[in-house]
Amino acid sequence: MLVQAIIKRILISFVTLLVVSIIIFIGTSLLPGDVANIILGQMATPESLAALREHLGLDQPPHVRYFMWLGNLFTGDLGMSKAGSGIGTVGTEISVMIVPRLVNTLRLAGMVAVISIPLAMSLGLLASMYPGSRIDRAITFTTLSIISVPDFLVAMILVMILAVQLGWLPSIAYLSGSETGWQLIRALLMPTLTLVTIVSAQIIRMTRATILNIMSSPYIEMAILKGVNRKRIIMRHALLNTVGPIVNVIALNMAWLIGGVVIVETVFAYPGLAKLMIDGVQTRDLPLVQACAMIFCATYVILLMIADMASIISNPRLRHPK
Amino acid sequence: MSQEENTIEEETAFQELPDAPPRRKIRFTISGKIGIFFVLFWIMMVLIGPYVAPYNEADFLDESLFIVPGGDEYPDTDYQPPSKVAYLGTDYLGRDTLSRILYGARTTIGISFVATLLAYLLGVTLGIAAAVGSEWLDMSLSRFNDAFLSIPTIMMGLVVIAAVGSTIPILIVMTGFIYATSVFRVARSLGQDVMVSDFVEAAKVRGEGLWWIITREILPNVVMPLATDFGLRFVWIILFISSLSFLGLGVQPPMSDWGSMVKENLGGLPYGSIAPLMPSLAIATLTISINLIVDDISAHSGGKLSNRMI
Repeated sequence: MLVQAIIKRILISFVTLLVVSIIIFIGTSLLPGDVANIILGQMATPESLAALREHLGLDQPPHVRYFMWLGNLFTGDLGMSKAGSGIGTVGTEISVMIVPRLVNTLRLAGMVAVISIPLAMSLGLLASMYPGSRIDRAITFTTLSIISVPDFLVAMILVMILAVQLGWLPSIAYLSGSETGWQLIRALLMPTLTLVTIVSAQIIRMTRATILNIMSSPYIEMAILKGVNRKRIIMRHALLNTVGPIVNVIALNMAWLIGGVVIVETVFAYPGLAKLMIDGVQTRDLPLVQACAMIFCATYVILLMIADMASIISNPRLRHPK
Repeated sequence: MSQEENTIEEETAFQELPDAPPRRKIRFTISGKIGIFFVLFWIMMVLIGPYVAPYNEADFLDESLFIVPGGDEYPDTDYQPPSKVAYLGTDYLGRDTLSRILYGARTTIGISFVATLLAYLLGVTLGIAAAVGSEWLDMSLSRFNDAFLSIPTIMMGLVVIAAVGSTIPILIVMTGFIYATSVFRVARSLGQDVMVSDFVEAAKVRGEGLWWIITREILPNVVMPLATDFGLRFVWIILFISSLSFLGLGVQPPMSDWGSMVKENLGGLPYGSIAPLMPSLAIATLTISINLIVDDISAHSGGKLSNRMI
């Protein structure tokens, strides 16, 4: 039953990804004027346009183009960017542009995850152990404030304090590619701290809500009525039952990290994948935007799948649906 | 807090007719009251902001205003710190930050509000339709919706803007559509809960039509939860549109909008200028305030026994 439920969930994600790819494809082919036009720009002559269209397969009908694009995606061929295009060339291979950026973004996300998950879980647990207490109120108010302000405000306040006032850290996170060890960590520190603040606030709130939700279930009420003390209730009765929901919370927040990454990479001029995508949007480099969007959406869908699986595995009722 | 709630219940529980649900007045906490104050303030500024602003949003302040006796003859007007001339300082082109924030309130709040309304119109209509309609309708709408929900909002925004560019109507329609997906989910599940209740069944047995059931039974029962959800959604949409503007892909200059004001002035940040900070604080006061109000309202309608006992 468990295996079946998981396989079903994987199939759903797969179908979702296909639909997402269709939406992205249609979304970026809405406008008249195609990639050939964009690549050639001012230098377009009818002959060169026709030649490039044939080269890129743009003379095919849309559904054929879609399947060509999808097939290429699966084989790792992400197409051509307009960047560096000119006379005689048709731009840069997108996969070549993306790989180093992706590594940078993953490095950032990895550091954020390593710091924020343990930190946020302990604070969430602390807040839920003493609901209504002063410490709980302080945590709740702070996290509510952080999640309701724009991500760039968090980034700017950190820059104001750590870079401008104290001068400890650089206010941008430029990487030349040759940094090692301490230099690399120093450059990464500001964007990491910003993302840790944003992501932790969400995890803390959701952890607290999850635990309080479990605390209001009948078996906990029973334990209260039996006279078991609070710490013992949380540690013995509640904690194990929160594992599934909490893994769910973490996976969800890692998925939401994508939105934060877009802003933070822009604020700190960090050379990651999101910055590449924003540059692509600004120059209307559609193949590049398509490729980046697919990578982000695939990550998102996979993380949502992990979140769901955590709930399925931990909750017998979901494992054996009626 | 829990004591307060108890007293409210005791006061009013027996004054109502036995068959009417007891109406409790929401009593706001201090943070809720602060929230209401700021929200009212910004609503006022949307209405009268441009009339009370000391300068026009596009005016470059004259450098003679900043000459201090015995100081530099021609001082720079950009990134001026707060002074009596410009209460919140000036921006990267030497325009008054306060005036631009007051003008920008209209753009930012206006666009976000219209987009939220659109999201609600679409989401609630389709969501209730899915809840009361045939299984086939529900299935197709929900699957379609799920696919859109599995794209991060900012990615969806970036793809659309890359394809069709960014103007205010596009921004509003796009945001409305993107957020309609999550409103749809909320409206559908609320509607379904009401649909299976006994009083709807009674209405059906009585022979009431579908339209009657929707307007008299379902809508009144989903209005309150949807209203709190509206507040939260409005906050998300303000943050979403500000983020796009911050990336340079939302509201375009020369209009002043809080998000794009932050972007324009980001260059002053390393020198300690408060020009990028002020518009984001404006966003923050509004969004935090709405959240505080919503918090109070949901605390009022929620409140479980064991939360108070532990």
